[in-house]
Amino acid sequence: MPDYILDVQGLETVFNTPEGTVHAVNGVSFGLKEGETLGVVGESGCGKSVTMLSTLKLIPSPPGVIKEGKAIFAGQDLIQMSDEELRHVRGGQIGMIFQDPMTSLNPVLTIGKQLEEPLMLHVGMTKNQAADRAAELLEMVGIPKAKERLGDYPHQYSGGMRQRVMIAMALSCSPQVLIADEPTTALDVTIQAQIMDLVKRLREELGMAIIWITHDLGVVAGIAQRVAVMYGGYIIEEAMVNELFANPSHPYTIGLLASLPRVDQTTHEKLFSIEGAPPTLYQKPDACPFAPRCKWAMERCWKENPVLEPVAPEHRIACWVDTKTGRPRS
Amino acid sequence: MSANNDTLLRVEDLKMHFPIYRGVFQRKVGAVRAVDGVTFDIKRGETLGLVGESGCGKSTTGRTILQLYKPTDGNVHFEGSNLLKLKHEEMRQMRRKMQMIFQDPYASLNPRMTVGQLVGEPLMVHNVATGTEIKERVDHLLEIVGLNPAFESRYPHEFSGGQRQRIGVARALALQPSFIICDEPISALDVSIQAQVVNLLEELQEQFNLTYLFIAHDLSMVKHISDRVAVMYLGVFMELADRDDLYANPLHPYTQALLSAVPIPDPIADAKRQRTILEGDVPSPANPPSGCRFRTRCPIAEAQCAESRPEFREIKPGHFVACFFAERYL
Repeated sequence: MPDYILDVQGLETVFNTPEGTVHAVNGVSFGLKEGETLGVVGESGCGKSVTMLSTLKLIPSPPGVIKEGKAIFAGQDLIQMSDEELRHVRGGQIGMIFQDPMTSLNPVLTIGKQLEEPLMLHVGMTKNQAADRAAELLEMVGIPKAKERLGDYPHQYSGGMRQRVMIAMALSCSPQVLIADEPTTALDVTIQAQIMDLVKRLREELGMAIIWITHDLGVVAGIAQRVAVMYGGYIIEEAMVNELFANPSHPYTIGLLASLPRVDQTTHEKLFSIEGAPPTLYQKPDACPFAPRCKWAMERCWKENPVLEPVAPEHRIACWVDTKTGRPRS
Repeated sequence: MSANNDTLLRVEDLKMHFPIYRGVFQRKVGAVRAVDGVTFDIKRGETLGLVGESGCGKSTTGRTILQLYKPTDGNVHFEGSNLLKLKHEEMRQMRRKMQMIFQDPYASLNPRMTVGQLVGEPLMVHNVATGTEIKERVDHLLEIVGLNPAFESRYPHEFSGGQRQRIGVARALALQPSFIICDEPISALDVSIQAQVVNLLEELQEQFNLTYLFIAHDLSMVKHISDRVAVMYLGVFMELADRDDLYANPLHPYTQALLSAVPIPDPIADAKRQRTILEGDVPSPANPPSGCRFRTRCPIAEAQCAESRPEFREIKPGHFVACFFAERYL
C-alpha cells in the first residue's frame, strides 16, 4: 500500500431531514499521496462536497451524521478527534478554500485581520510578525500593493481577488493538504484561468497535496494528476488523469465526456445526452445507482451494487459491464 | 450588414444606460453604461450566440431588445417594424412573436401555479384560446418539450431542474413565436442535463423554424449551438463572425484570451495549448476606460487605444471586429 498522507476509508454520511434520511455518502474510500493533486468530479448532489466536509467533520450536525468510516491524517483518525484537537488541524495542517469568495470572508473584518488570525492561532506568531507575514502572503497570491491593501474590507476586493485572499489564508500556515471545493465555479473564465495558474505555481513552490472538487471536467483535466468520479454517493471511477480521459470506462464517465461540447472541436454533431436525472438518495442504493440511466444495464445491475475493481493499472471502476463488449466483466 | 428579407431582427446602435442617483436630493451623478452602442442583425432561422463575462451587458442587451427596459438610444427593427416607435397595444401584440427563456428554472416559475396554469397563462393573457382549447394546447406543448401531459396539475417544486427548464421552454413556445431569446438557459443545470436541454432547443428550432439569440458565458456550448457568435465586453461588441471562423481565427485580443482560458476536457490537448492569461479584472461599467474598453487588460494596447474608440468594422466578409490592430492576426 502506498504512503497516503490522507487515507479515507468507508466513509458514510447521512442527513436526517423532515422528508426522510438522505444518504449523501455511501461508503467512500480514497487515498491522497504526498504532493499530488486529486480531482473529485461529479454533478450536484453526488456527494463530492459532503465527502470532503465529512473528513474534516465540518458537516452541520444535526442534521448530518457521519455513520461510519475513518479519515487517517498523520497517523490519527480525524473522525474520532475532539473539536478542540480538530481545530488545530483545520486551517493549520489542512487548508480549505470554498466556492463562494463573497460569503466565506467576514464582511466586517479587514482582510489583514482575517489573514493574521490563523497565523497567531496556529503558528503562534505575535501581532507584528503576523502582519508582516500577511503582507507576504498577499504578495504571493499576486495582489498588487499588498501592504496597503491589508486594511481594506472584503467588499473593496473583486471576486477574483477575494478568491486569491482565500487561497492566501488557506496556505498561510503551510498546510500539507489543501482542500478546494469548487474554488473557480463562481468566477469568470479569464479569472478562473488566473486562479488555476496561481494554484499550479504555488503547488510547485510549496509542494502541498491538493483535493480539487469540481463539476467541470475541463478544469479537472487542467489541474489534476489523478481523478475520482462520483455518482449517487459513491466513487464510480478512479484513474490517473490521462488514462481517465483517454479510456473512460464507467458508463457514466463515458456519457459525461460525450455530452460535453469542446471549443477545440470542428465537428458539430448532436450532443450525446444521458437520459433521466440523478437519484434523490432518500434510500441507500442497493443496486447500481446509475442503472436507471445506463444503456448497458443488465439484470445484475438492478440487483447488486458493484464495488470498485481494477480494469487497468491504477484505474478502477464500479461497474458490472465491460462497456467495450457490452458483456459482463470477467 | 444590410437589411434584407432574411433579416428578422436588426439592432442599431442600441444603448441602455442605468442612471445612478446620489445624495438627499437624489441627483443623477452618473450612469452605468450596461449596453453602449451595439449594432447587429439576426437572420430568420439562425442562432446568434452572445458571449461575454459577467457584467458585460449581454443579458441587458437581450432584455432591451424585448423592450423590457426602455432603451436610452438606438433602434430595434423586428419583422419590419421599429419596436421603439410602437404604441403600447401594438407592442403587446408584437410580444407574442418574441419570447424569452430565463436562466434560473427555480426562480422563473411561480411556485403557486400548476404546470397547466403556467403553460396556459400566455394563451389566456393574449386571448388566443379559451376553455378546453387551452387544455388541448397545453397538453400538446408539454408533449413537444418531452413532459408527460399527465403532469399538468403538478407544481414546479415537484420537478427537477431540467424538467423545470422544459416547462419554461413550453411557456415560451405557447404563442408560437418566431424569435426566442435564451438567456443562459442551461447554466443552472447539471452537465448531464445541459445536453438534454440543448438538444431539445435544437430540435424545436428545426421543427418550428425558430430564431434564437443564445446568451451564455459557456463558450463551448455557444460554439455548439450557434451559427454566428458575438463577443461582448463592457457594453460593446468586440467581435462578431461565423462560428467556425471566430473560434478558428479570432481577430480580437479579447476573443483570443477568452478562448484560450476555456478549459478543454482533455489533459493532453490542454497541456499543448498556448494560453494568454489576462491580468486584472473587468473595469466598472459606470466608469469605463477611455477609447477601447479592453485596453486596460489588452496585451497589445498602444497609446492610440486610449485616445479613440476603435470602430466595429467589417474586416472581411461577415467578420466584424473592434480593434485597431486586427489586421495583424488575419
